[in-house]
Amino acid sequence: MTFWVLLTVNSVTFGGLLFLLSAGFSLIFGLMRIPNLTHGSMFMLGAYLGTTFFSGALGFTVNFWVGAILTGLEVAILGALMERLLLRRLAGQQLAQVLVTLGVSFMVADFCLMGWGGDPISVATPAGLGGFVRVGAAAAPLYRLAIIVIAVIFAIALWLMLERTRLGAMIRAGVDDPQMARVVGIRVSQLFTLVFGLGAGLAGFAGVIGSPILSVYPGLDQDMLPLALVVVILGGTGSLLGSFVGSIIVGFIYNFGQALVPELAYFILFLPMVLVLVLRPQGLFGGQVL
Amino acid sequence: MSRKVSRRAVLAGTAAAVAVSRFPSPAVAQAEPFRLGLLTVKTGPLAQGGIQMEQGVLTFLKERNYTMGGRKIDFISADTGGNPAGTKTKAQELVERDKVDVILGPLAAFELYAISDYVKEQKMPTLSLAAADNLTQRQPNPFLLRASATSSQAMHPMGHYAATELKLKRIACISEDFAFGYEQMGGFQAAFQQDGGCVVSKLWPPLVTPDYTPYVAQIADCDGVCQGFAGSNPIRFMKQYSAAGLKYPVVAGETGGDDALLKSYGEEAIGLVSCCPYTLDLPIDANQRFVDAMVKNYDTVPGQYAALLYVNCQVVDAALKTLNGDASDKDKLMTALRGVSLTETPRGPLKFDHLGNIVGTFYIRRIGTEGAKYGLKLWNKTIKTYDNVSQFWTWPEQEFLAHPVYSRDYPPLTKC
Repeated sequence: MTFWVLLTVNSVTFGGLLFLLSAGFSLIFGLMRIPNLTHGSMFMLGAYLGTTFFSGALGFTVNFWVGAILTGLEVAILGALMERLLLRRLAGQQLAQVLVTLGVSFMVADFCLMGWGGDPISVATPAGLGGFVRVGAAAAPLYRLAIIVIAVIFAIALWLMLERTRLGAMIRAGVDDPQMARVVGIRVSQLFTLVFGLGAGLAGFAGVIGSPILSVYPGLDQDMLPLALVVVILGGTGSLLGSFVGSIIVGFIYNFGQALVPELAYFILFLPMVLVLVLRPQGLFGGQVL
Repeated sequence: MSRKVSRRAVLAGTAAAVAVSRFPSPAVAQAEPFRLGLLTVKTGPLAQGGIQMEQGVLTFLKERNYTMGGRKIDFISADTGGNPAGTKTKAQELVERDKVDVILGPLAAFELYAISDYVKEQKMPTLSLAAADNLTQRQPNPFLLRASATSSQAMHPMGHYAATELKLKRIACISEDFAFGYEQMGGFQAAFQQDGGCVVSKLWPPLVTPDYTPYVAQIADCDGVCQGFAGSNPIRFMKQYSAAGLKYPVVAGETGGDDALLKSYGEEAIGLVSCCPYTLDLPIDANQRFVDAMVKNYDTVPGQYAALLYVNCQVVDAALKTLNGDASDKDKLMTALRGVSLTETPRGPLKFDHLGNIVGTFYIRRIGTEGAKYGLKLWNKTIKTYDNVSQFWTWPEQEFLAHPVYSRDYPPLTKC
């Protein structure tokens, strides 16, 4: 019983973290039609920037949540700059854009190694969330439950933004048909910068939120990127609901797969992705075929 | 995905050009500097240990003013990128282009396997840090010398201590799903069960596992846990283990309790007992001098990676002294290296067995806050010392080698 409760709680929380990571990935993928391979790096960079806020290396320490939001903003600006200065110049050349994102991901990895060293950095759980909630004999860490709450808040906020605002309508239009969107006067290139920044910022924010669980270490980027990719292919690109459902599914598959059939953990993780690509290439909730 | 540093290619080209233009010098061995090569990892997830390796070597060279056994030293450091293919390339560069006299390193077992045959072919004395048990056991390599430890060497005393002093009866083992993990857990199981303990399960998460909780959830029906994680994984495992509310005592190997991790561990690591070939708190002059130099040079305390590379340098230095600095005959150099026995090293006294593996002291330590120095919050306090530990532990060599090498399924789990 303990085993099942622990795994279930963990699946949902891990899914929550994956949602924060992959929501931006999905929007960028849907709008710009490229898998942004720096997304894992933005997650890692966020986590590292967060440690700088918390360690007092700046001469003052910042509250965990304030630090997470500041980091999200920083990474969002970096993402927007990257889109403006690099990807914009390669507009229309999707292969070149993907290669640039891959190159930047290596550069970010080495930059982090240079700036923060190779030592893994562990981040303290924010004050007040260090305890447990007892569910029978199982212990559900409070902080993990908090991640679920954060993920739900962000899901609702993003949904409202996409469905209820003018900006959201423009993004949806851009995802559905960029040419037509341009024709009706939407400045799609501006949207690209905005969405890229938003996606990067979400990834950076997720990096900080994940750091008390995952700790921060070189290689974190490469650990997270494939998971985001699975989520988005499963859920469908450009679909918020898709990333939400995909994240939870991947959270469950990841946790139960590793616990029940550890030898096949990765096989089981990628199997649904392969099935979706073969049987329903647009993903569970996506509108467009990759 | 491997990361190629193109700067290196540029350097390689330049160096090759210089090498071509260099006049072939006559064989006056002593006048030429002794060329010391290091295979380490400075990029990617293994970089933390790899950077410490280089710092250990440089600390030694600085202390001796870049001389060993009367010879001036040329030091060439190569970054393998932490993958077997890169290691092979860099080993070839060191041997064929840089003409090194010995190789120190590499870091990881799969890297060592990748170059083992090559260094044998080239008769290149290699002082490995990597553990890969069998290369000093059932498939010995005459050009290999290991002043660190086999994967299982520290785990044997750990198993003995867990059974006899911690009085643990039933232990769940968890370690990465690769050779270093299998060999560590195999060694632990063999020694622990010999002394009456029982290993109830062995869990193998992949090397890359962001969240260990699904594995932690499987730890049950035991009174203790043995973790064999390496790199940054021990940090994450201990955090997630304690976050899941588990309270069984945890024992670990040389990588799980490494002193270099002390600055990264939090409160969840208090009470972790580990066995290591090196301990930061060893109160002897040789260690004190080394630690002070590391703190002064690099503002960091050494872990085993730095310490063991420093020890490797001491071994090369001692061998060169017995040869009066003449390293021209590789077979003679290898014999001299294997004959080295030292008392004043940061890890205490050491000598080598006939297969080229260390016989030395191993330390059981417990993490606490008491006695913490150098600005650390946590400290590994040595609680027991095992002297003259060989890779065969207490078993006779013949009997030990008659068993298969420790693996995922050996020794098998038994009902107990």
